[in-house]
Amino acid sequence: MVSKEHTMIDGNEAAAYVAYRTNEVIAIYPITPSSPMGEWADLWESQETKNIWGSSPTVVEMQSEGGAAGAIHGALQAGSLATTFTASQGLLLMIPNMYKIAGELTPTVFHVAARSLAVQALSIFGDHSDVMAARSTGFAFLCSASVQEAMDFALIAQSATLQSRIPFVHFFDGFRTSHEISKIEVLPDDTIRQMIPEDLVHAHKARALSPDHPVMRGTTQNPDVYFQARESVNTYYDQCSRIVSGAMKEFAKLTGRTYAPFEYAGDSAAERVIVLMGSGCETAEETVQHLQAQGEKVGVVKVRLFRPFDSAFFLSVLPKTARTIAVLDRTKESGAPGEPLYLDCLSVLAENQMNGEKKFDCLPKVVGGRYGLSSKEFTPGMVKGIFDHLKEANPKKSFTIGITDDVTHLSLPYDPEFSIESKDTYRAVFYGLGSDGTVGANKNSIKIIGHDEKRSAQGYFVYDSRKSGATTVSHLRFGPKVIRAPYLISQAHFIGCHQWTLFERYDILKHLLPNGKFLLNSIYGPDDVWRYLPGKVQAQLKEKNAKFYVIDAYKVAKESGIGSLINTVMQVCFFAISKIMPIDEAVREIEESIRKTYGKKGQEIVDRNLKAVHGALQHLHEVNTAGQPLNGTPFAPPIPKEAPPFVREVLGTIVQGCGDDLPVGVFPIDGTYPTGTSKWEQRNLTQEVPVWDPDVCIQCGKCAFVCPHGVIRVKAYEDKHLKGAPQTFKSRPAKDLDWKDLTYTIQVATDYCTGCGICVDICPAKNKSKTSLKAINMEAELPIRETERENWDFFSQLPELDRRRIKSESIRQEQVQQPLFEFSSACLGCGETPYIKLATQLFGDRMVVANATGCSSIYGGNLPTTPWTHNADGRGPAWSNSLFEDNAEFGLGMRLSIDQQRRFAIELLLRIRNTIEPGLVNALIESPQKTEADIYEQRERVELLKKQLKKSKQKEAERLLAHADMLVKKSVWIIGGDGWAYDIGYGGLDHVLASGKNVNILVLDTEVYSNTGGQMSKSTPKAAVAKFAANGKAMAKKDLGLIAMTYGNVYVASVAMGAKDEHTLKAFLEAEAYDGPSLIIAYSHCIAHGINMTTAMQNQKALVQSGRWLLYRYHPERGKAGQDPLILERPGKKISLEQYMNMENRFKMLAKSHPETARYLWEEASEELQLRMAFYEYLATFRKNSAKKPEPQNAEVK
Amino acid sequence: MDLTADYLGMTLKNPLVPSASPLSEKIATIRHLEDSGAGAIVLHSLFEEQIRMENLELNHHLSSHKDVFSEAQSFFPEPTQFHLDPEGYLEYIQNVKKAVSIPVIASLNGATLGGWTDTAELMQQAGADAIELNIYKITTNPDQPAAEIEAEYVKILKSVKSKIKIPVALKLSPYFTNMANMAQRFDDAGANALVLFNRFYQPDIDLETLDMRSDILFSAPQALRLPLTWVGILFGKVRADLAATSGIHRAEDVLKMLMVGANVTMLCSVLLRRGPAYLKVILEDMKQWMEEHEYESVQQMRGSMSQMNCDNPSAYERAQYIKSLQSFKPQQ
Repeated sequence: MVSKEHTMIDGNEAAAYVAYRTNEVIAIYPITPSSPMGEWADLWESQETKNIWGSSPTVVEMQSEGGAAGAIHGALQAGSLATTFTASQGLLLMIPNMYKIAGELTPTVFHVAARSLAVQALSIFGDHSDVMAARSTGFAFLCSASVQEAMDFALIAQSATLQSRIPFVHFFDGFRTSHEISKIEVLPDDTIRQMIPEDLVHAHKARALSPDHPVMRGTTQNPDVYFQARESVNTYYDQCSRIVSGAMKEFAKLTGRTYAPFEYAGDSAAERVIVLMGSGCETAEETVQHLQAQGEKVGVVKVRLFRPFDSAFFLSVLPKTARTIAVLDRTKESGAPGEPLYLDCLSVLAENQMNGEKKFDCLPKVVGGRYGLSSKEFTPGMVKGIFDHLKEANPKKSFTIGITDDVTHLSLPYDPEFSIESKDTYRAVFYGLGSDGTVGANKNSIKIIGHDEKRSAQGYFVYDSRKSGATTVSHLRFGPKVIRAPYLISQAHFIGCHQWTLFERYDILKHLLPNGKFLLNSIYGPDDVWRYLPGKVQAQLKEKNAKFYVIDAYKVAKESGIGSLINTVMQVCFFAISKIMPIDEAVREIEESIRKTYGKKGQEIVDRNLKAVHGALQHLHEVNTAGQPLNGTPFAPPIPKEAPPFVREVLGTIVQGCGDDLPVGVFPIDGTYPTGTSKWEQRNLTQEVPVWDPDVCIQCGKCAFVCPHGVIRVKAYEDKHLKGAPQTFKSRPAKDLDWKDLTYTIQVATDYCTGCGICVDICPAKNKSKTSLKAINMEAELPIRETERENWDFFSQLPELDRRRIKSESIRQEQVQQPLFEFSSACLGCGETPYIKLATQLFGDRMVVANATGCSSIYGGNLPTTPWTHNADGRGPAWSNSLFEDNAEFGLGMRLSIDQQRRFAIELLLRIRNTIEPGLVNALIESPQKTEADIYEQRERVELLKKQLKKSKQKEAERLLAHADMLVKKSVWIIGGDGWAYDIGYGGLDHVLASGKNVNILVLDTEVYSNTGGQMSKSTPKAAVAKFAANGKAMAKKDLGLIAMTYGNVYVASVAMGAKDEHTLKAFLEAEAYDGPSLIIAYSHCIAHGINMTTAMQNQKALVQSGRWLLYRYHPERGKAGQDPLILERPGKKISLEQYMNMENRFKMLAKSHPETARYLWEEASEELQLRMAFYEYLATFRKNSAKKPEPQNAEVK
Repeated sequence: MDLTADYLGMTLKNPLVPSASPLSEKIATIRHLEDSGAGAIVLHSLFEEQIRMENLELNHHLSSHKDVFSEAQSFFPEPTQFHLDPEGYLEYIQNVKKAVSIPVIASLNGATLGGWTDTAELMQQAGADAIELNIYKITTNPDQPAAEIEAEYVKILKSVKSKIKIPVALKLSPYFTNMANMAQRFDDAGANALVLFNRFYQPDIDLETLDMRSDILFSAPQALRLPLTWVGILFGKVRADLAATSGIHRAEDVLKMLMVGANVTMLCSVLLRRGPAYLKVILEDMKQWMEEHEYESVQQMRGSMSQMNCDNPSAYERAQYIKSLQSFKPQQ
């Protein structure tokens, strides 16, 4: 056995480590939670890390998981060892190829971070729904239960696939294992080599397609032979389990870690047994040991090799004494007699009994249960709950655990307080904001502590899915023994609260043990802090006799020059208070790690962080709680009491972080939720908010136009409505000449503002006496919170201006239109949301939205509260997300459906025209519905029609009543990011463009996969650094607009609102008005660009001035009228591409990481840009220029 | 005719030195300048901010969205190493040294005392023949006394000097109450040359947008008078060499500067405007003038019109002002 090297890594890295070393071609596509496996492979390739044969594998990003599977299939056929990583719907997209790969007995391992499937809703979290959906492909399925196993089984799978020729899915629980950081033993290359027999690798290569020894594979077979040929592989499957078992034994010899296809743990005479797979095995085994120690006859079967299911092996590990068996599935198969693992186990037991082999004197009672869907916690309390239930004479069939099912009553009770935490394990929980570096600091602490060979360490991080003001909760365990506790900490020795505001969102001290320690980052010192604490927190501190410490971490961080990153400061305090290791030693380790982490980024950063270390120790104070009064204030309710009951009781509970407590019965059965809920969640995320100065304001509306969160609102209204206005409510006469009779107000919804400041940056009006001030300025939020809340309430009830009085083509007028997309959870300064908001202002009351998966579906559709809303009439966008890859088709379907229903409505109208008021029928059919006035009138007509139809008893009238609303124009919007439009959804997008149907496609082009962490797409520009393009993207950005223009009948616009807002507005209006497919490619700045988000609109301006982004509109109608259909907007001022690139870290960092590459890529990009500009100039002036040219003299030449 | 000039212990083929500017950002341009006759080259400045702030900015962008969201633990791949400034600059020095044979003077531009001065040592290791230290500081704090600022200047110089063996030229601002005293103190602190003077780029206002504008103006011919005065005054009074900069656009300007005592003359605006090849024109004009006026060498004329050597030393002082008033005849 070789010497053991330990490391602190997560499950993704552990699996990718082996996959990279044992493969030659790796095809990847990002999908949560498996993306980091691909990212590691890409990074290692860029660093020229070698596989076990001394060569760097080729890593290629594909356009979809389907593409990745195809590429892997090809690579395998051509003789390479190849792998991929995926999850969820991504695995589903691979299924067609998986059948082929398995059918051709091709060795490979797909590594899967198992994740829920999008069903009634999308979820990025872990369960086995995806792998279960792929179980019939013919792949073998090997399941890891821990980070160590993720590394070990990756190798065992690779070894077994080569020996058996059966391809493997190696999977582990998404997030719980893929993202848990744990101290594990690393497999040395020698061990890996010994597990991968060279002769089998050669055998694989010998089977490959080669013109030197040609064969063909993939023939077509007919009824005469297909069946027999299908059966020809049986012996391979029969041997697979034995091969896996053998590989596991070989592995044990090399490493000392023993595994088997099925493993039993517990009492050898157990009466009650649980069967399960995945990380839950760890929890179950630890709980079994605990219960066994108390004399209970219980046991657990850990399923490692799920397919091929070795019945004999399974039977062999089950104790003969078993009376009741609960088989747990981490998936749900609606309509089935049971979930897959349960059915497998049941059939094995039944067959055994039926065949007379009779392992059991009496067939045990077998029940199936579901647990842990979408990373729902699976705790020792739940395991005990199941065992307790198995004592009953008639245990529930198809039970659930971990939820309360008040509808079908399938859920089992359990004791949430039950704990088996080891006394030796130190447990700490940290609450922070995503932006404050808490998770980073904790990852670092784990490394420091785990570095000590006598200590084990584990870290798991729970993230909020909001993109602004996201919270993080870190769960850290340290102890002398290997930690096997894949569930959250419920009894902590230490709790750190890194943000005061989190008191309002979480019951921070709920899980603190008596006499535990509590560290708070507070602007209040040890003498003052008590009186500012909420009453509940004061009481908990007293009850738990907690030791309480404070530090003003922001002050220390600021003084040390590290800005708002309080990670280092809080980390030092944790070590100082927890005394988990001597503080001097801890400080030494922290300093060393600072040098290691920041050294490559310059001494200055190192120095500043070192300063913070020492500042932390000086500013950490213990608070004397003795004799302190319980006088704190109570918490405000999370959702105001005026909210509708569903919002208050269901969504409000989720807002409070108590969604786990909600029972089944409160949820919509089909995933349908009300719109307009974000307004009920006042998040108060910022210390500074914009404040309007009406005397400076020129009423241009630009601030509202760019506001990513829809918090800056404009209204023009009659003066009489000001009656009863709060004292501080501001208004001025409207400056617009059309609105001389109106009063004008810009109001900020400060409770929802994220403080990005993009409004202030864009404001063109400066205070004439003090030019540092504009017409809108950032001011402290707290002093004006109450007054502005009152002003907002007053503003909200002011009437909306009649849309017929608004000229939509003027930004200053258009901005009084009510946004029907508001207060989203998008990032601060998001570049996408202003476009969506604009579309809803213009067309929201008649809009149906198909939204591709990605950022926009997360900030647009993530519970608890969502931003799509409706107007006072109850009209607003109807929104849905189907998948990532099919959004264009999804939207086209909506269009077809709406058109069909409208056509049917017209048919019905004509059929019963005699019974309807004369004139109304024609008016309803012939209304052009081009302007707001047209639409208003049509709606009036429809109301009139409905009144008449209601009086009728004709069948046709009833039918028409159901379809009458379709007589009013519906605007179909297909919205998604560049990952969808350029890559995974491109085929569908292309087809929809070619359909000629009236759909509006809005591509929010951030030039990377923003939602999954900035991976390269085909939209990524040349020379930009992105994930999967660590050395800068070598290819030019795909010109999607140009491709679309080639159809001739597609309206195409390329816009960048920060460069020219009027152009953006015009494009939206033209696109929607065009009766055919329209494509708007909207440049959207993003945090993935490495820019200052407050001034991001300036980046857009520079982007256009440099020529890298062209502003244009291609209007097919112009073409028909004999004009050049392409209208190019030329920037007034020009700057060099280099000047622009230097404004964004995605370009700049290449110059710092790969200066030579940067130099030539920048030059190439610059040349290509010139060419592209010249080409567009040609297109935009082609007809004009040809008209000037004289006719050819010699007609015969033709 | 001997055009050689002694500067910073080196013998230059002539006293024409392109000063720190964007012209020296590309090796091809530096080669062009050498071919056009440059006696030495001062590289574009490596700024204190570049060393400190750009690295901080890089770190900020790489780390500010790390571990924030469940779907994205980061937004950029993190390379194993960065070629950060000063590294990139140092590599550039090495490449320039390989490309040209004239002396290469690296330029370090800063305003405060700090770790960035260590970079001078790295510049020396990278092969720079000398360093031009540009202390560019506009103090706006009304509470800070002049003596404190002056002391800091001297400290910065000493800090750099203590780390390297190659010569250091100090580029100065003219805004000292007693320039001569400061020159003396810098001389005492070991400055091998004084470069007179630094031109502070004053901002402008855009009347339409009410924004501050910071576009750089080329030096005007009259800018020549200030360095001319002070080179003339300091010649012979300090051990340090003297380099004249600002407003030197023609051969006549070069000659004047040499006569008041400059070892070398620094050119920038004229080359930016007319291109590197214009150096040849200046050099030829200079030679022609010297031939016409029968000068044998640059050395011969150097300092001939300095305060020390000219026939009217008071012309450099107040007397000169009185004289100009006397020559003024108000119109009747």
